[in-house]
Amino acid sequence: MRKPKSFVFLLPLLSGALLLTPLMAIGGDALFPNTRTDLNPKDQKRVESVTRPTTDFSKPEPFETMSGGAATSRADVNGDAFSHFSANITFEEEGTFKLGNALFTKLWVSAPSSTQASDGLGPLFNARACQSCHLKDGRGHPPEGGADATSMFLRLARPARTDNEREAIADYRKLNFPDATYGEQLQDLAVPGLAAEGRMKISYEEIPVKLGDGEIVNLRKPTYSVADLGYGAMEGDVTLSPRIAPPMIGMGLIQAIHDADILRLADPEDKDGDGISGKPAMVRDHKTGELKLGRFGFKAQNASVRDQSSSAFAGDLGISTPDNPFDHGDCTKAEAACLAMPTGVQERLGPVEAPDPVLPLVTFYSENLAVPARRDIADKTVLKGKELFYQSGCTACHAPKFVTSRDAGNKAHVFQLIWPYSDFLLHDMGEGLADNQPVGVATGSEWRTQPLWGIGLTETVNAHTFFLHDGRARNLTEAVLWHGGEAQKARDAFAALSRQDRAALVKFLESL
Amino acid sequence: MIRKTVLGAALALFAASAAFVVTEAEAATTSAAVLKHYAELAHAKYEDSLTTAQTLDKAVNALIAKPSEETLKAAKDAWIAARVPYQQTEVYRFGNPIVDDWEGKVNAWPLDEGLIDYVDASYGTESDENALYTANVIANPKIKVNGKTLNLSKFDAKTLRSLNEAGEIEANVATGYHVIEFLLWGQDLNGTGPGAGKRPYTDYDKANCTNGHCDRRAEYLKAASALLVSDLKDMVVAWAPKGKAAKNVQANSKKGLTAILTGMGSLSYGELAGERMKLGLLLHDPEEEHDCFSDNTYNSHLNDAIGIKSAYTGEYTRVDGTKMTGPSLSELVAATDKALDTEMLGKLDATLTAMNAMADRAKKVEAYDQMIGEGNKEGNAVVQKAIDGLIDQSKSVERVIASLKLGKVELEGSDSLDNPDAVFK
Repeated sequence: MRKPKSFVFLLPLLSGALLLTPLMAIGGDALFPNTRTDLNPKDQKRVESVTRPTTDFSKPEPFETMSGGAATSRADVNGDAFSHFSANITFEEEGTFKLGNALFTKLWVSAPSSTQASDGLGPLFNARACQSCHLKDGRGHPPEGGADATSMFLRLARPARTDNEREAIADYRKLNFPDATYGEQLQDLAVPGLAAEGRMKISYEEIPVKLGDGEIVNLRKPTYSVADLGYGAMEGDVTLSPRIAPPMIGMGLIQAIHDADILRLADPEDKDGDGISGKPAMVRDHKTGELKLGRFGFKAQNASVRDQSSSAFAGDLGISTPDNPFDHGDCTKAEAACLAMPTGVQERLGPVEAPDPVLPLVTFYSENLAVPARRDIADKTVLKGKELFYQSGCTACHAPKFVTSRDAGNKAHVFQLIWPYSDFLLHDMGEGLADNQPVGVATGSEWRTQPLWGIGLTETVNAHTFFLHDGRARNLTEAVLWHGGEAQKARDAFAALSRQDRAALVKFLESL
Repeated sequence: MIRKTVLGAALALFAASAAFVVTEAEAATTSAAVLKHYAELAHAKYEDSLTTAQTLDKAVNALIAKPSEETLKAAKDAWIAARVPYQQTEVYRFGNPIVDDWEGKVNAWPLDEGLIDYVDASYGTESDENALYTANVIANPKIKVNGKTLNLSKFDAKTLRSLNEAGEIEANVATGYHVIEFLLWGQDLNGTGPGAGKRPYTDYDKANCTNGHCDRRAEYLKAASALLVSDLKDMVVAWAPKGKAAKNVQANSKKGLTAILTGMGSLSYGELAGERMKLGLLLHDPEEEHDCFSDNTYNSHLNDAIGIKSAYTGEYTRVDGTKMTGPSLSELVAATDKALDTEMLGKLDATLTAMNAMADRAKKVEAYDQMIGEGNKEGNAVVQKAIDGLIDQSKSVERVIASLKLGKVELEGSDSLDNPDAVFK
């Protein structure tokens, strides 16, 4: 938005240079400024002061209850805790939110159908509605007890093979390359008359881990494969990356964080030698092609909630939108039967299956699912756990707080002190968590730091405590113990704590 | 833009604690009287909802004891009568957390009716979203939810509750008005054509049972209607003079008045104009109808609008015809801004006129689901007019919030721990 337009034209020329020093461009030049451009000096000072990490753990910090600033939901804590709208929107915006909610829960049907405005599903799909995976707007889970794979799927991709492909990745035109037959993700469902692509299979192996005080914790190590392939073999260099549906809260606020505040935390070469790098994900805006800072998705592959939403419409539901007008979803040329299926386009309603205002409504909804207020912030154990969280080095990536931009698109998200506990950068998380699937600048072992706000309400909302990108961790302790790579030191610090201190740290997380 | 800010602050105030100062000492007593009467009206409305639900429960008993066209029709009539006072209570949602927390038990919607009973083949047999899409618990006493077996050999309050939102799917609605509606009317298979659901009374006739499992269907219906009565009792207690909800809304006059106005504005704009009405027009989908089995949607919307006006005027006509009046928000606004009060009353009336026109059309010309059908210009326009009225009145609600100075909460620069709910500005 604040980027000089001319850069778009310069980009192809620069791409060679970017390949050699891909991060120079974001190190502090005019393209992505290192300092905030939206604040006067007085505000700049206030922001610096209020976002400075605390050193006092004897009492809560000011404003700490309101994790999402004035947008925070203060509703009674129950199973709907992730489904409330930003508390500071107008009645009119509440109307937009409710319409978005209705579309978010709407079941799309296969074409042709009598309800012409809601057909066009698939032909290949993972779900019939957004809400199918984003259960209660919360966190998905791996299949349990032989149930289907809804709320989790496999992303398919291979790395570049040719110089041309490598160049496309170097100048951010491509993130990676799909399987020639199965496309970008494995759809385990298809409309009547069409074969599904296959089934995700998971097997788990229990691995005992001994902690500092001698306690043994079992971690379950998953192995993924695909069964019942419907259209022949997959390509040899294609990898499977399992993804559960992430919670939907606070995304408009994440979008409103100023680029400079995230880039300031980046240290891709680890110049300060603390073992933590932090790499910004540079991606292109789907519509304009502008280079932007990626912040959404497990690999930070999307810069905006709208891009994340239109991708999900296309890949997960197989519904075309103005931003992603291909009506056959993730069908490839090798899936001729899929391409031959009818689409849900009604000329009189528009040239795509979900014409405006569907995408803007769902985007607004997704931007305004409120972060719930903290609980128990003054509890002694919670404060102790908070101190241990800081001391163990967790905040090196799980950055506690930001003040959002004065230029945010939605008034409700402007200049709010928010507490997402993420730096929204990519970090090497070690071999244990690696999916070996590169996505743009993210290598196969790098993941975006997940925000932690709301994590303590997972069980209240979704009746489970499965964490990490594929839900392998069965509780918060297991999730911490899976951290490796740049997070190894922090993980080891946690593992070395006494049982009581570990419990305190977990209690702090549960208060988020 | 200013209004927006003021409103934002007003809603944030909801959360904000006792740190602000009530500026109008004189108005505070009046505010207290308004809030007391607001709670009294809630009590009366929930009492009326309870007595009409008890009548419905008796009619259900009669239907089950002696299934016939007459007893089925009597039960349907009792259901429609029960909706009148209940819909007028909906304006107590959004502002009162106790109501919000409870509401889903009695009025959850939309529902995947295949969870409960047999459905037409056109309903489809599977939904990846909802593994219980066609679970049909009336025919299947044991179902699996996320790998665990749920034993439903007997339908009672406990088993129905356990079934509600099974598998975290909100459309798995097992209790409340709309479940009873489905069990009385059955599916409306007429699309945007004329006609409501046509369940035969023999679905409850154990001797000449149609569609199977008449005994279990009767047991389910009875359990649902008894549970509705018991849930409504909870709300009557909550709004009694010393009840939790009544005390809560009167505890702080600014918060209380904000609760009234939040309920009016949120029900007008987001809930009714948006989710319940505009979406149906947008998609022209007959499924997007609030009381979809009975074709009673027009009544449901009309009574919501009556309830919104009642929250402002302090007037309510009870089921037995008794008229209740008392200190009102309208008087409070008029004391400082006569013109604004006139504007607000005018807007509320304009909406009611549009709603009545819609209800009139529903009775004489075509049902609500036909009105929202694609290409029905005249029908669409009638619904749109009611939507416009609701949107317009919520703008005046915002002005009322500003006029009562509910938005003037000074939190700037506050970093006091006495006020942990403060937000950085």
